[in-house]
Amino acid sequence: MSATLAPRLSPPERDPAWLGRVFWMGAAAVVLWPMLVATEFRPWVFFERDNARVTGQFLASFWPPAHDAEFLLMVAREAWRTVAIATAGMTLAFVVAVPLTLMSTRVLSVSALSGRMAAGPAVLRQAVRLLLIVLRSVPELVWALVFVRVVGLGPTAGVLAIALTYGGMLGKVYGEILESGEAHATQTLLRNGGSRLQAFFYGLLPQNAAELTSYTVYRWECAIRSSVVLGFVGAGGLGQQLDNSMKMFNGGEVFTMLAVFVLLVALADRVSAGLRKALG
Amino acid sequence: MSLPPAANPPYRLPPRLFDARCRACWFTAGLLALIVASFWSLDLQWAQFFSLDAARSMGRFLGEFFPPDTSPEFLVKVLRGTWETLAMSALGTVLAAAAGLVLALPASRLHEGDAARGRGTTRLLLNALRSVPELVWAALLLIAAGLGPFAGTLALAIHTAGVLGRLFAEAIENAPPGPGDALRAQGVGPVRVFLYATLPQVLPQLMSYTLYRWENNIRAAAVLGVVGAGGLGQLLSFHMGLFHMGKTATILGAMIVLVLLVDVCSFTARRVLTR
Repeated sequence: MSATLAPRLSPPERDPAWLGRVFWMGAAAVVLWPMLVATEFRPWVFFERDNARVTGQFLASFWPPAHDAEFLLMVAREAWRTVAIATAGMTLAFVVAVPLTLMSTRVLSVSALSGRMAAGPAVLRQAVRLLLIVLRSVPELVWALVFVRVVGLGPTAGVLAIALTYGGMLGKVYGEILESGEAHATQTLLRNGGSRLQAFFYGLLPQNAAELTSYTVYRWECAIRSSVVLGFVGAGGLGQQLDNSMKMFNGGEVFTMLAVFVLLVALADRVSAGLRKALG
Repeated sequence: MSLPPAANPPYRLPPRLFDARCRACWFTAGLLALIVASFWSLDLQWAQFFSLDAARSMGRFLGEFFPPDTSPEFLVKVLRGTWETLAMSALGTVLAAAAGLVLALPASRLHEGDAARGRGTTRLLLNALRSVPELVWAALLLIAAGLGPFAGTLALAIHTAGVLGRLFAEAIENAPPGPGDALRAQGVGPVRVFLYATLPQVLPQLMSYTLYRWENNIRAAAVLGVVGAGGLGQLLSFHMGLFHMGKTATILGAMIVLVLLVDVCSFTARRVLTR
């Protein structure tokens, strides 16, 4: 009898926050359930007999990786093409981005030196920005699908797709970098009668060169990754061969090419990290 | 009578354009060589692209986009595709966050003197997951999971698990060690140390990484379907393959609107949260 009356000294044995926890788990289930339905989330398909057999065979064929000389030579050539598509695309993207950046940068406006920017230049700058946003927001894969239709299968479509999407990205970020820095030197040059290009080359560019280069190198690394993906819609390079081998269920070739791809990305990662570090 | 001292430092020639010790020169030279080699080895068909013929076929191609198909039943289909894309990205990110957290624990040194034996191996695994793009994962998973959004969701989850696992591991390793040490000194086990000391400290950071990846994954999910992994991309490649150009235009429009909306939302959220 006395046991029931004694004050409880031990800590509560039930979780004091259980009500909240149960509520939030219930809420998460309510939100996730329609998503599970929409994505046809059925993990057990992996274990259905036929499916498991095909998958097992495919995975088993991964070993040994394909390694005959002819195939390796082809993989090396395609890997180089992947890098080349990325580099050529980036070069064109740079060519697209630089003039658009120069047109859209507010710091280089002469009329903004005294009060508000004049209406004409302001409209022009907004229009160029809108163009950059549109270029950037169409994924490169979609550009590639369109260009494959126009110029046919091959690296040209990949180069153009990277050039357009990355041109938009570079233009936007270059603009942001140029406008985020201290504008004093540039404006002084403009006020004292320097032309806009002079103000850019002697004021704005030296201030921001390291950051601009570092971002460009980073984007080059991303372009290598995406040029593999572009191969899947027929834009040449490693991705196209990978797609072919997958469709033929040739596991050994798939494994070799995946390994080469991972190495390629790791290498690009290293090179880009090293360069960015050197830039400081 | 002596000359007055020179007001300026003595005149010097500018540095030579190329100097064997100048790293920037080597960098530029290497870059130029890479660019020239790229263009030279790719045999790009500029002539074909800029010819009158190509311009005409491009014009015809673009002309076929109009008018976009805006019949109600097709719009409903596109809306369903958009919802599927959003669901794929959200579910993929949730799965990835869970898997990333599980993988981040062995990939991080939880306290000083932690042997962390699996650290190197787990990090290698995370790097491998991360360096294969979503689209390649999706193409691989199609063999096991069949056509449809399930393969896409898993592909997003696998790639993102690699990315998030690495970021989570960095966050856990950089968490302030004080509270964990205090609990450990009281003899509390590693699970409870993690739950009550480390996790509450890093949770906001983990959430912000996860939201950031979600934003990326919406964009990725929109195009993942072109290999057949569900969402708007699958609709796109289906109708483009059948040359339904009006429908293709509608789907492209939906994709661009989706991407722009995500951009605007994330921009606004960042503005509001960081103010």
